[in-house]
Amino acid sequence: MIRRDALIIGGGIHGCATALNLRHAGASVTLFEKDYAGRHASGVNAGGVRMLSRHVAEIPLSLRSMEIWERIGDVVGDDCALDCHGQVLVAETDSDFEDCKARVAELNALGFTHEELLSAAEIRAILPAVAETCRGGIISRRDGAAQPARATTAFRRKAGELGADIREGVAAGMPRFERGLWHVEAGGEEFAAPNLVIAAGAWAGRIAAHLGDPIPMEPVAPMLMITSRVPHFIDPVVILRSRILSFKQFPNGTLLIGGGHLGKADLDTNGTVLDWNKLQTSARTVSELFPVMRNATIVRAWAGIEGKLSDDLPVVGPSPRHKGLFYQCGFSLHGFQLGPAAGAVMAELVTEGRTPTDISGLSMARFNAS
Amino acid sequence: MSVLRSDNYDLVVVGAGPAGIAAAAAAAKAGATTLLLDENAGPGGQVWRGLTSTPLTNRDMLGKDFWDGQLELEKLRSSGAEVLQRATVWSIDPSLQVGISHGGASRIVQARRIVIATGAMERPFPIPGWTLPGVMTAGAAQTMLKSSGLVPSEPTVIAGQGPLLWLLAGQILRMGGRIDVMLDTTPKGAFAAALPKAFGFLTTPYFRKGLKMLREVRSKVRIIKHVTRIEAQGDGQLERVVWETAGGKRGEMASRLLLLHQGVVPNVNLAMSTGAAHDWDGLQLCWRPRLDDDGQTTVPGIYVAGDGAGIGGVGVALARGRVAARAALTSLGKSGQDADLSAARAELAKANRGREFLDLLYKPAEQFRIPEGDTIVCRCEEVRASDIRSAVDIGASGPNQLKAYLRTGMGPCQGRLCGLTVTELMAKARGTTPEQIGYYRLRAPVKPLTLSELADLPMEPEAVKAVVR
Ligand SMILES: Cc1cc2nc3c(=O)[nH]c(=O)nc-3n(C[C@H](O)[C@H](O)[C@H](O)COP(=O)(O)OP(=O)(O)OC[C@H]3O[C@@H](n4cnc5c(N)ncnc54)[C@H](O)[C@@H]3O)c2cc1C
Repeated sequence: MIRRDALIIGGGIHGCATALNLRHAGASVTLFEKDYAGRHASGVNAGGVRMLSRHVAEIPLSLRSMEIWERIGDVVGDDCALDCHGQVLVAETDSDFEDCKARVAELNALGFTHEELLSAAEIRAILPAVAETCRGGIISRRDGAAQPARATTAFRRKAGELGADIREGVAAGMPRFERGLWHVEAGGEEFAAPNLVIAAGAWAGRIAAHLGDPIPMEPVAPMLMITSRVPHFIDPVVILRSRILSFKQFPNGTLLIGGGHLGKADLDTNGTVLDWNKLQTSARTVSELFPVMRNATIVRAWAGIEGKLSDDLPVVGPSPRHKGLFYQCGFSLHGFQLGPAAGAVMAELVTEGRTPTDISGLSMARFNAS
Repeated sequence: MSVLRSDNYDLVVVGAGPAGIAAAAAAAKAGATTLLLDENAGPGGQVWRGLTSTPLTNRDMLGKDFWDGQLELEKLRSSGAEVLQRATVWSIDPSLQVGISHGGASRIVQARRIVIATGAMERPFPIPGWTLPGVMTAGAAQTMLKSSGLVPSEPTVIAGQGPLLWLLAGQILRMGGRIDVMLDTTPKGAFAAALPKAFGFLTTPYFRKGLKMLREVRSKVRIIKHVTRIEAQGDGQLERVVWETAGGKRGEMASRLLLLHQGVVPNVNLAMSTGAAHDWDGLQLCWRPRLDDDGQTTVPGIYVAGDGAGIGGVGVALARGRVAARAALTSLGKSGQDADLSAARAELAKANRGREFLDLLYKPAEQFRIPEGDTIVCRCEEVRASDIRSAVDIGASGPNQLKAYLRTGMGPCQGRLCGLTVTELMAKARGTTPEQIGYYRLRAPVKPLTLSELADLPMEPEAVKAVVR
């Protein structure tokens, strides 16, 4: 039996960030990843590093994460191709714009200033190519995008360099609690630790249910498309207020089109199936908003498997039921940016039992109450 | 795209080479509604390219095999199969919906069964300088020859190995084209290794034809055997070819054209994108789809026939096409085909004879498959062999992880030109097998699709909704 201070199931950006921070706190740790680090959501997502439009319950975690992203090279030894030109939410109608005003006012009242209202003129100054009809929007200036597979791999590599025992290609069996320790069988060996972190992405729902902590998680497969290179025409990442669309142009000219249309996911085979009718909707929206894009070609499309909770917020924190058990899952299509801070918070919870970051709105207890 | 007669078919066949032509003809003749889709201007695939349009009329120039295609085409024409040329299939999903692009518009068709017959592609040949203008694959040269009768007239070197290399050399010479030197890279000892399998080969028609081809080329071209190193050199354009043989002899020649070819491998992009399982073939050194006896993949209802199922040549392709079509029909309950199915299986067994001999004889040498140093591996992103080794050193464990570091396989060719090299190179660098390393995860669209074409895709055709599988 291999004895550790903590075990982690899942090698996405969340599990790897937690492993890294546990090593900084001096804890011994083994991480299990059934495929390879970044094989799923963390390696294939849109790379959006965004504080913009977050639910209020997530904002403290998101702000802390942004501070870590801004010095990511020092943290993981790789700049992760992080490129920050802001993210912009576009209001296409008057009622969208009214919502934007209300949102910024609400955040300001809570003391958050990272989102700023943009008038129609201001938005056209920032996005000259955008359709004339846009009414305005919101900008979060420090936001940007990183290369997801590179970032996740960098967290894994750094955690390994600091002494974390990272086991890729090794699936963890269902954990059991015996005589004060969490036991996990993996790769023909037995591991035990007083602390166990479930960072198993879309697969976490099954583990939680097995442990008697049911959460309303659905495995989903958000889709993305990338186009051929087109002349540079846009700097910030753009999101629409009331249609499902986000996009970003890379320095090499290619354009990433996403936003959250879902294909089908299969947890048992790792398979995903694209839904071309929904990708078509994205293609239509882009051609309406940016007519210059009509002749670009789509060179690749893909989907990643992600765990979505019923209220679109993650669970970050201890199990309400079991000692030494922690959850870091259910990121519901927007957990990439949260990875660095969630890892720091988890390490604090495991080693000190508390964290300075307000995560009260992300506790698992919210599902038991209802 | 109103050119199609329907939104749903019993059988959709992709690729109009020998396998696809045979499959579509057999299915349509047996009464199945059949659609044959092909990217080229006319049917024929690579062997019979330009069969209906080639400007060449002298039958000797292209050989008897070429004109044999006419017979199979005749069967296709009289079968009632619907054929659409210049049609690109960009997606096939597990529910057997087929995304088709034609004339700048796209549409989705529902199939009950699918035969993928997308044939072979040339194995990458990544020597130093292979990306210089003036270096091209023998296959590309053959396409020019068949479709427009163009042959080399400047100092030309042809290099590599395999039956197609000799075939092309023969075709070029017969048409009055110029070849100065042939660099034969067949490794020393390959013949001895292949000899125990020669009996099967001696009983095939290939044997006789092969000898004739060899004799013809040998009489006109300087042949250098057991070549172990080739380099294309020049400043912005090929100027000379430099080589070395197993005996340590070096040579060079000033030349404007270098034709490279070291065999063909299954073109697996479309089959892989459906999620069908593929295995590494240690003899042919390539991926091939995991198929049952009927040619069905691990995705129910999707079959692969022809060289895409494993290199076998025309006879095998025809037989595989007929086996797949008949098995597909049988599974659809179009009965009365069983006798046909066993006849087709017997044809396939016969056609397969002798293949092992060729595979062993023409197994390309490692130094021509797994480059080193500054040699370019991925043309689209200009990635060198040494870049890949460095990425492996910092933890890239397979082709999909490599993308994050180097963007290999993410360019317009979708890995067709670098995939095999990357797999074998990473396997060697990590001291493991290609099977363990794996391949790029491929996805639709397997061919680029314009944004407007996708935006204008007819939504949920009624017929598609009505189909019950
Ligand atoms: C297409 C797409 C686009 C997205 N865009 C963005 C974006 O722009 N910005 C943003 O912030 N977020 C985005 N997201 C969301 C973000 O990617 C995820 O929220 C985040 O990566 C979740 O990280 P994770 O570590 O929890 O999960 P994952 O990356 O899924 O990692 C979980 C890992 O656990 C492993 N595992 C599961 N069970 C076991 C077991 N029993 N044993 C061992 N290992 C196991 C899995 O193999 C998996 O690798 C996007 C997601 C997708 C799919």
